[in-house]
Amino acid sequence: MQATQNTPKDRHPMPEQPADVRRHNFLEVPLGYTEELAKAEASRCLQCKIPKCVEGCPVAVPIPQFIRAITQGQLAEGIRIIWAKNGLPAVCGRVCPQENQCEGQCILGKKGKPVAIGNLERFLADWERAHGDGSLPGKQPPTGKRVAVVGSGPSGLTVAGDLILKGHAVTLFEAFHKPGGVLSYGIPEFRLPKDIVRAEVSILEKLGVELVCNTVIGRAVDVHELLREEGYDAVFVGVGAGLPRFLNIPGENLIGVYSANEYLTRANLMKAYDPLYDTPLVPGQNVMVVGGGNVAMDSARTALRMGAKSVKIVYRRSREEMPARAEEVHHAEQEGVEFLLLANPLRLDGDSDGRLTSVTCERMTLGEPDASGRRRPVPLPGADFTMDCDLAIIAVGSGANPLLTSSEPAIKLNRRGNIDADPETGKTYMRGVWAGGDIVTGAATVILAMGAGRKAADSMHEYLMRGW
Amino acid sequence: MFKIVRTEELVPTSVFLHEIEAPRVARKAQPGQFLILKATETGERIPLTMADTNPETGTVTVIFMVVGKSTAIFSALKAGETYTDLIGPLGRPTDIEKVGHVVCVGGGTGIAVLHPLARGMKKAGNRVTTILGARSENFLIFREQMVALSDALIAMSDDGSTGRKGFVTDALKEVIATDKPDLVVAVGPVPMMRAVSELTRPEKIHTLVSLNPVMVDGTGMCGCCRVTVGDEIKFACVDGPEFDGHKIDFHGLTQRLNAYKAAEAEAMTAHRCRMEAQAKQLEQQA
Repeated sequence: MQATQNTPKDRHPMPEQPADVRRHNFLEVPLGYTEELAKAEASRCLQCKIPKCVEGCPVAVPIPQFIRAITQGQLAEGIRIIWAKNGLPAVCGRVCPQENQCEGQCILGKKGKPVAIGNLERFLADWERAHGDGSLPGKQPPTGKRVAVVGSGPSGLTVAGDLILKGHAVTLFEAFHKPGGVLSYGIPEFRLPKDIVRAEVSILEKLGVELVCNTVIGRAVDVHELLREEGYDAVFVGVGAGLPRFLNIPGENLIGVYSANEYLTRANLMKAYDPLYDTPLVPGQNVMVVGGGNVAMDSARTALRMGAKSVKIVYRRSREEMPARAEEVHHAEQEGVEFLLLANPLRLDGDSDGRLTSVTCERMTLGEPDASGRRRPVPLPGADFTMDCDLAIIAVGSGANPLLTSSEPAIKLNRRGNIDADPETGKTYMRGVWAGGDIVTGAATVILAMGAGRKAADSMHEYLMRGW
Repeated sequence: MFKIVRTEELVPTSVFLHEIEAPRVARKAQPGQFLILKATETGERIPLTMADTNPETGTVTVIFMVVGKSTAIFSALKAGETYTDLIGPLGRPTDIEKVGHVVCVGGGTGIAVLHPLARGMKKAGNRVTTILGARSENFLIFREQMVALSDALIAMSDDGSTGRKGFVTDALKEVIATDKPDLVVAVGPVPMMRAVSELTRPEKIHTLVSLNPVMVDGTGMCGCCRVTVGDEIKFACVDGPEFDGHKIDFHGLTQRLNAYKAAEAEAMTAHRCRMEAQAKQLEQQA
């Protein structure tokens, strides 16, 4: 009964690196719970009979059960409860938008602060890496079936993990030289340390997943060749939303203008911040990041850490409409990122060597709501302004990369170029081929991609055992 | 890991050939396509258009000039050693059809890239005239291979040490006047490809050039290799690497190629110092 005697409002914040220290390093920002803090936070959980939090989770992690395991000090048991539904808890505990999912549904949130479910999930996953006995989940006997998973991001890792446990042989193809997809190239080290991604992938490899990097499906091998020539019984396509959008304004080809994809890939995957690596990156002094999503926040905070004097987020709507998580906006602000709201770049200018030197923006105001339900930004005439800028990062979203899909017309696409897949099963129009994650939905979140991977894996298993 | 089976120093300390084991790439690659090489964990991803592929031996051949730290590291690799990463084939293959008289213009290491294209053009039943240009005799690579597959070959050099003294455009001008080509394919330094395109533009001769801009992933994901072609922004890695030479914004291309020049020079100097210090140490130990 001790649990309910605590004041439910007292959510235990996670210790963090101070903002003025962390803006100069790439180490993780939140430091994690101690066991004492985790137990204290876990004891706030009301252990609801009908837990709303589980309904809010795209992969239905049994949240009250793993939280109870923490209060009882059964940490090894706790992580196993999560693993039954989620193979990437160290990742999800860090990057899921819990405020819109599990924590958004928590009954404590009605009057006070919800249980810090994400922090507790992260605590268990980190405890397992540090103290666990390394024991792996049990595998079903071999089925003799072979599965190819294309793309080693969140959806592909989930499919690979689920199907290897069900007894199928799994090959995981990655185009880059390192696995993890967006977890490796996109999300920065200070938000998701790459050691964690490596550890999660290495569990899959220990379970028997064959990882093949440096292989671009659609160029080196086509999907139909995987099925007909290489003897795979089923293929999952989870290649992500890898087509950068630009602004289509004058000056976008100047040196110092990057897509967020390029900037973050150079910084994260290619480790431009580490002097041991040979990756070059324009060292911006006056940085502009265009966009208001998580990728924009990641880019801005990376630019700060690369040594920028000033970093401005330029967003054409107001703060309310920003799609980034509140926590990311808060962290960016604490670290000194400035927000130039209701502004929109019109033109980029450079010097005679083609290097970016300034940007001219227009001021906006909000008009009537548009198709997305958000108020439409409208330019204010006569209010244009110019500012110094030597590094511009364009983070206005990603489209569907056509490289794989254009090589396989049997996989049908929708108007936007995303794969047309059954939302319940992930089945595409091509027999034996499933798809999930951002290549189906457009750019979304890690956990939604994992949810799609889970559904596809179930459907693929059904097919492998019973037929299409 | 991708093993190097053969190396050749085509021009001492400058131009190198590596034949590398990559069966999947060798089986699938077509003329005009490129690959990305990375030699070490901490190295850069360097795009190189293939000079040759052999599906039987499962090998691909690249030729590169030492221009910075990454290519310097490549050049120090010996047969039997490995690249950590090799990704390919990337880019669109060349559209090879029978059009009649094709003039293939190659400059510097671009001659190596031109080699499979010219061979493809010949195989498709075209009459192939080849014009090769280089600084001097020892920089003129792949000459024998190109002679073997060309109906006629003209060599040009800056100093007259081989062939005739002058630029490839001097020779091309004469060919256009006497035996007008149906298609010109030019591969080499950007100023050369630009000069060739300017020469063929008034004559309305379709001209293909092969670009080698700075890249990261090579799959259209980052947009680093963007280049203006006509009114459109194209990604050389997935829309190219070959484009209509009359539509390319060569000025913008040149500027973007210089994006990291200062950083590269710095890295190269540091690398050279380290190598020299190491060599000295080895000498002292010996």
